[in-house]
Amino acid sequence: MKRSRSVFIKAVLPLVVFVAFVLLLMSGIGKNPRLIPSPLIGKPAPEFALPSLHQPDRVIRKGDLLGQYYLLNVWGSWCPSCRVEHPMVTEVARSGIIPVYGLNWKDEPENAKAWLQRFGDPYRDVLVDYEGRTAIDFGVYGAPESFVIDQKGIIRHKVVGEITPQVVQNELLPLIRKMEAGQ
Amino acid sequence: MLAEIGQFLLGLALLTALCLSIIPLLGYFFKRDDWMLLARPLAYLQFVLVFGAFLTLVWLFVVQDFSVAYVWRNSNSLLPLRYRISAVWGAHEGSMLLWVTIQTVWVALVARFSHSLSHDRIARVLAVLGWVSLGFLAFVVFASNPFERLFPIPAEGVDLNPLLQDIGLIIHPPILYAGYVGLSVPYAIAIAALLGGDLDEKWIRWSRPWTNAAWAFLTMGIVLGSWWAYYELGWGGWWFWDPVENASFMPWLAATALIHVQAVSERRNAFRGWTVLLSILAFSLSVLGTFLVRSGILTSVHAFASDPKRGIFVLALLGFYTGGGLLLYALRAHKIRSEPGFELSSRETLLLANSLIFLVATFTVLLGTLFPLLFDAFGKKISIGPPYFGLMFFLIMVPMVVLLPIGVMMRWHRDSFARVVRQLTPLFLLTTVLTIIVWWFLRPLPLKALAGVYGGIWLLVNTLYALLTEKGRLTRGRLGMHLAHLGVAFFVFGVSMTEHTDFEKDLLMNPGESATFKGYTFAFEGVQRKRVENYIAEEGTFKVFQGDKLVTVLHPQKREYPRQRKPMTEAAIDPGLTRDLYISLGEQLNDQGGWSVRIYIKPFIRWMWGGGLLMMLGGLLAATDRRYKRHAEAEKSHLASQWLEKNSGTPDDKVTEVNA
Repeated sequence: MKRSRSVFIKAVLPLVVFVAFVLLLMSGIGKNPRLIPSPLIGKPAPEFALPSLHQPDRVIRKGDLLGQYYLLNVWGSWCPSCRVEHPMVTEVARSGIIPVYGLNWKDEPENAKAWLQRFGDPYRDVLVDYEGRTAIDFGVYGAPESFVIDQKGIIRHKVVGEITPQVVQNELLPLIRKMEAGQ
Repeated sequence: MLAEIGQFLLGLALLTALCLSIIPLLGYFFKRDDWMLLARPLAYLQFVLVFGAFLTLVWLFVVQDFSVAYVWRNSNSLLPLRYRISAVWGAHEGSMLLWVTIQTVWVALVARFSHSLSHDRIARVLAVLGWVSLGFLAFVVFASNPFERLFPIPAEGVDLNPLLQDIGLIIHPPILYAGYVGLSVPYAIAIAALLGGDLDEKWIRWSRPWTNAAWAFLTMGIVLGSWWAYYELGWGGWWFWDPVENASFMPWLAATALIHVQAVSERRNAFRGWTVLLSILAFSLSVLGTFLVRSGILTSVHAFASDPKRGIFVLALLGFYTGGGLLLYALRAHKIRSEPGFELSSRETLLLANSLIFLVATFTVLLGTLFPLLFDAFGKKISIGPPYFGLMFFLIMVPMVVLLPIGVMMRWHRDSFARVVRQLTPLFLLTTVLTIIVWWFLRPLPLKALAGVYGGIWLLVNTLYALLTEKGRLTRGRLGMHLAHLGVAFFVFGVSMTEHTDFEKDLLMNPGESATFKGYTFAFEGVQRKRVENYIAEEGTFKVFQGDKLVTVLHPQKREYPRQRKPMTEAAIDPGLTRDLYISLGEQLNDQGGWSVRIYIKPFIRWMWGGGLLMMLGGLLAATDRRYKRHAEAEKSHLASQWLEKNSGTPDDKVTEVNA
């Protein structure tokens, strides 16, 4: 009796594990990271108070950035896709269409600085989220991600993954025009 | 018109696959030989139809028919012919068509080289392969049709992703897919055996060359992918633990476990159920890889296009193939007879350890790949970087490297650890001496690199020793095994050296300036603008000297493809046996023609890919072992005599049978 039960468990166990696995994958589909907009869109950005990468004693708060719209770009030196998007982020920052702030996520500040030295530093300022708490508040799924935050501190848009010319053309520019018009 | 022909061929192929997946199986269950015998012709027909559809798509690209949406999106009139052809698999729809095309090639090959199987067995195997074709053909036809028309017809196409306009991308996908879908063969064999409840050593012997061949293609595909990322992405890296890379690596790990367990399962009548599970797992991971890449569920450097609806479809296929397979296993597991008659110190134990190590590795990669998803499901957000994979993999590979020679040396059934240790001691001392010598030449070496060198030499010494003491037993199978193990040795050595002793430097260089690192002087002569085929390139010229001797002239490029605004970095590489010199251009920094330049010196990186190639060769060689042919011949004549007996009976015989 006992033996046959163990045989049964051995036979059925792989199936049970697999079913659990498929359920997990299905839960992921509903939350497709590229297509489902963040629930935070249209809501005030979470409060944050983070040290600046280049002057660690200076703390930057959400309140300090109010009154202007800006792009908050989440990146890390460990993230390959961030390198891919970096030239485009740089172009956006240089063109002056929108100020770009960096949120350095779960990164060693030394590595982050070396990375910026290497690939160029387009950011007006870089906020250090060493523990990753602020990123959790923002609902960051993975790097890179970028948020557009308006004059009143409301999250207007979220880009998951790389910023591409298409994203700039089709998503950022129209939104910037709207925000300029004060909408 | 042509697009409609392609569409029509695909429709016919779908019907054929439907017949192939049903009729032979019904024949098996109702004992109808004529239905079972339809399996082979249907398999050939399916191949011809799908291949026809594939050629149609190729032709549509060659003549640039922009009325077809897929062609329009992935090519334009400036695209050179070779890339027009590879553009066929440059995006989702065509990739899936290529996937199915290669799968039907495998099915046709199975049909052709299966005359040693009794016809009820071949009917089952081909029918299960038919299910796989059916599912993925349905996916192509209903969810990713490459023949969809556009109206109005655009005058010019978009472009092929410039990352993909490269020789590596012409050959990488077909070979990788050959590996992926090749794993559907051992899967089909396992399922066919479960269906009949007749899993014996004949099934497993027959499965082994197919598994080896699929594994060899998978190895080759991964090596090519890594090589492509190395020179095309321009970061000097060769592996990024990116979800798409992991998607190809997981089936490889599972298939590696499978080919080792098959050895035990065939020779020693042990681990039979284990073999079945690993066969299902390896193919499931192939399908999962397709799912991860195609559903866009994870963000990735390689995620070129994705769509959640397609994700659901592939997930349903995964559920069917894996869930169905495991359900069948649950129902039939009691029929699998294994007699695990071996002792703790035996080759069986070591091979079991091997498969466990590879299984742990598979699940480590799986967990790392799906970790963000896992936490998402529980409402938390998290991300893990390459450090996780790097560390985990190091920990997992250490026991693999240590145990590998012991497993090769152990005898079947019963051996003694004391004997093996006695035999290994001098080899261990030799390894230590050689490591010290190598260290002397390469010093200074960081500890991790030294550990890798030690491991590499350990494998090299032991494998060469095993090769030399083979005497008369050196069949292609054994030679293949040793070659693959040599490949592991080179791989371990190459990886540790590249990862821990590479040199990289970013600098600003003005024309006429030069810089010297590790004995190499890089002289920058300037950047020129060039128009080439379908892009504009800023091409730098670097002369590299070693002392006064000119080693090479390198031309890294920064490319701009007019149709797409994304700039591309084309690194220039001087490959070498002991080092690669690698230069990539950053950006122009001043008006004097100064550029930011990145220089890498990568020691022994070729050894890593060389190791991969050796593994592939080993796999192919083992797949052609004479033993399989000999058994097949014997089996064929056995089947023929059985058939004669059955069909040459006279009425008198039957009467006696009844009387008896």
